[in-house]
Amino acid sequence: MTNLYAMLAIFAKAYGLFIFIGLSVAVIAYAYWPANRERFRKAAKAVLDEGEEDKPWR
Amino acid sequence: MKEIIRTLTTGERQAALAIAICVTVIGLTMAALGNGDPFGIHGYVVMAYGLVATIFLIRCYNLPPSNVDRAGSYYDEPIKVAVVFSLAWAVVGMLFGLWAALQLAWPSLSFDLPWSSFGRIRPDHTTGVIFGFGGNALIGTSFYVVQRSSRARMPDQVAPLFVVLGYNLFCVLGATGYLMGVTKSKEYAEPEWYAGLWLVTVWIVYLIIYLRTLARRKEPHIYVANWYYLAFIVIVAILYVVNNLAVPISFTRAKSYSLFGGVQDAMTEWWYGHNAVAFFLTAGFLGMLYYFMPKRAGRPIYSYRISIISFWGITFFYIWVGSHHLHYTALPEWVQILGMSFSLMLLVPSWASAGNALMTLNGAWDKVRDDATLRFMMVAAVFYGLTTFEGSFMAIRPVNSLSHYTDWTIAHVHAGSLGWVAMITFGSLYAMVPWVWKKPSMYSPRLVEVHFWCALSGAVIYVLAMWNSGILQGLMWRTYNEHGTLAYSFVDSVVAMHPYYIARALGGLIFLIGVLVCCYNVFKTVRTPVDAFGPARRKVEDALGPVPLPRPASSPLPRPAE
Ligand code: HEM
Ligand code: HEM
Repeated sequence: MTNLYAMLAIFAKAYGLFIFIGLSVAVIAYAYWPANRERFRKAAKAVLDEGEEDKPWR
Repeated sequence: MKEIIRTLTTGERQAALAIAICVTVIGLTMAALGNGDPFGIHGYVVMAYGLVATIFLIRCYNLPPSNVDRAGSYYDEPIKVAVVFSLAWAVVGMLFGLWAALQLAWPSLSFDLPWSSFGRIRPDHTTGVIFGFGGNALIGTSFYVVQRSSRARMPDQVAPLFVVLGYNLFCVLGATGYLMGVTKSKEYAEPEWYAGLWLVTVWIVYLIIYLRTLARRKEPHIYVANWYYLAFIVIVAILYVVNNLAVPISFTRAKSYSLFGGVQDAMTEWWYGHNAVAFFLTAGFLGMLYYFMPKRAGRPIYSYRISIISFWGITFFYIWVGSHHLHYTALPEWVQILGMSFSLMLLVPSWASAGNALMTLNGAWDKVRDDATLRFMMVAAVFYGLTTFEGSFMAIRPVNSLSHYTDWTIAHVHAGSLGWVAMITFGSLYAMVPWVWKKPSMYSPRLVEVHFWCALSGAVIYVLAMWNSGILQGLMWRTYNEHGTLAYSFVDSVVAMHPYYIARALGGLIFLIGVLVCCYNVFKTVRTPVDAFGPARRKVEDALGPVPLPRPASSPLPRPAE
């Protein structure tokens, strides 16, 4: 049990930082990726324009 | 209610009936096995719930089906049921809250009965408002948002109804259980093992419906509000299951014991507890914010990118902050520091969300001034910013040593729940109710205005009273006299709290009055025929310009008399 605790603690303390840095880089890259810009712009506008009538698309 | 049955085909009615009969039989079995235990009484509750549904379904079985065009319309019936349940629980839950507040001011109001003691009605308050009011609002709005933003109808007719009704059975089991003294004694996860198993069943169906609706969406990109709702559904399920791992003393008894013990139990509970704040009281409501606020303001979100970044920020940071509830305990110190640091970092995505919401309104302040519904949403965003700032501050260990155990926590909780959760819910309900019931507007915009001021003043009075009382309490407990002993006894601090407790109850009462006004307004909106909306609609149009009115695809809406 102590060993398991020690192992997990070391893993969390040593690698946690890098995992989180990696994740934040990935998220920011995704959000700012130039190719995604158009998609996000469309998505933000799409909820305001859900078609003339309140009904499903097909 | 009959209208709902009429939308079901014969096959669906049979399926619904089969489920209702199953529930009744389960209830009967529980009642028989648990004879003499609260488990048995809960059996009768389940049986009654199933029986009412069964009888109702049988009586309506032969009603002619209404000829809705399924391909050409959304499925809004379960949303309506959820809205009604949500408001009913709001009243029940806040009545219990008010009663608890009055008991703290005048303890004799517990009447010395076991079921009405503070320790039993307090969880009735928290369950009623969080799970009853908040949960139903989340389920209802999530069904609305996922269908509209995907432009797809829910794939199934019975399952969504099962989710709403089944979820409320869970809430009823919880609320009635506490009054009998049935509790797992884990805060925000009090219902015993059988209620938990039932909730998990319902929740899995909920997730499946949600995913299947998304799978039918029109655009490949999933609108960000759905991400928040999905995080709410998925993560709450994981948290709930882990925290509730327990062994019942017998399958015919209500009592169970947690699989965890000691400090592990505490850490699991607060890992769950704070993520209940994060994914129940925050993520889903941010989903509401990101859908209904742009809709109502007629403006897209200020920055879609920031909404994505804050989504991942909130999801990843929140998971680690639970230990700030356990500062200065037997928990390893590094875990406490971890919780504290992540709580501080959490301020960034939280404020990014609040700022994003307010920037969305920038340029529409005239609408905010004239439209109380939008104002509800704006105030919610402000309180969200305030509460998260306060939360990050309270997570700092020395600050927490002052705030913990005091009413400061209660102030923080209610700034979050009254100011953020309830306000964004009311804003979204006022926007959504006319849309799902196909009405031009709410019955009375003026009553929305009245509710807004009740809610705002009630929340401010409540929070100010508890801040004062909390800080006073904290300071009294740590003031030493010249001999180096405590200057005040505990009872001194209790006496000093009395006026604040009365003020808090007053704030709660005002808030509750606002909720009652809301119920009346929703009731009238539902009941008033479309033609009778003339003047009210014109008033809104004067204020806002033409309000986009979703029309049912099958039956063209008669124009209101202009
Ligand atoms: C009419 C309005 C309300 C009143 C009068 C009220 C009153 C109270 C009282 C007296 C307590 C117990 C405080 C203590 O133990 O010292 C409490 C706790 C709590 N209330 Fe409310 N409440 C109201 C509305 C709400 C709403 C709308 C929510 C959530 C959406 C909420 C969430 C909570 C929570 C989570 C707690 C537990 C706090 C903790 O354990 O630290 N309340 N409330
Ligand atoms: C950045 C965001 C937040 C942080 C860092 C945070 C932090 C904290 C801290 C440090 C406590 C006191 C723990 C203790 O001393 O026992 C607390 C309690 C609480 N907070 Fe927050 N908070 C945040 C946002 C919110 C929001 C938005 C809500 C929504 C309603 C909320 C609801 C609660 C509740 C219900 C409790 C009481 C738990 C209990 O003891 O029963 N918090 N929070």
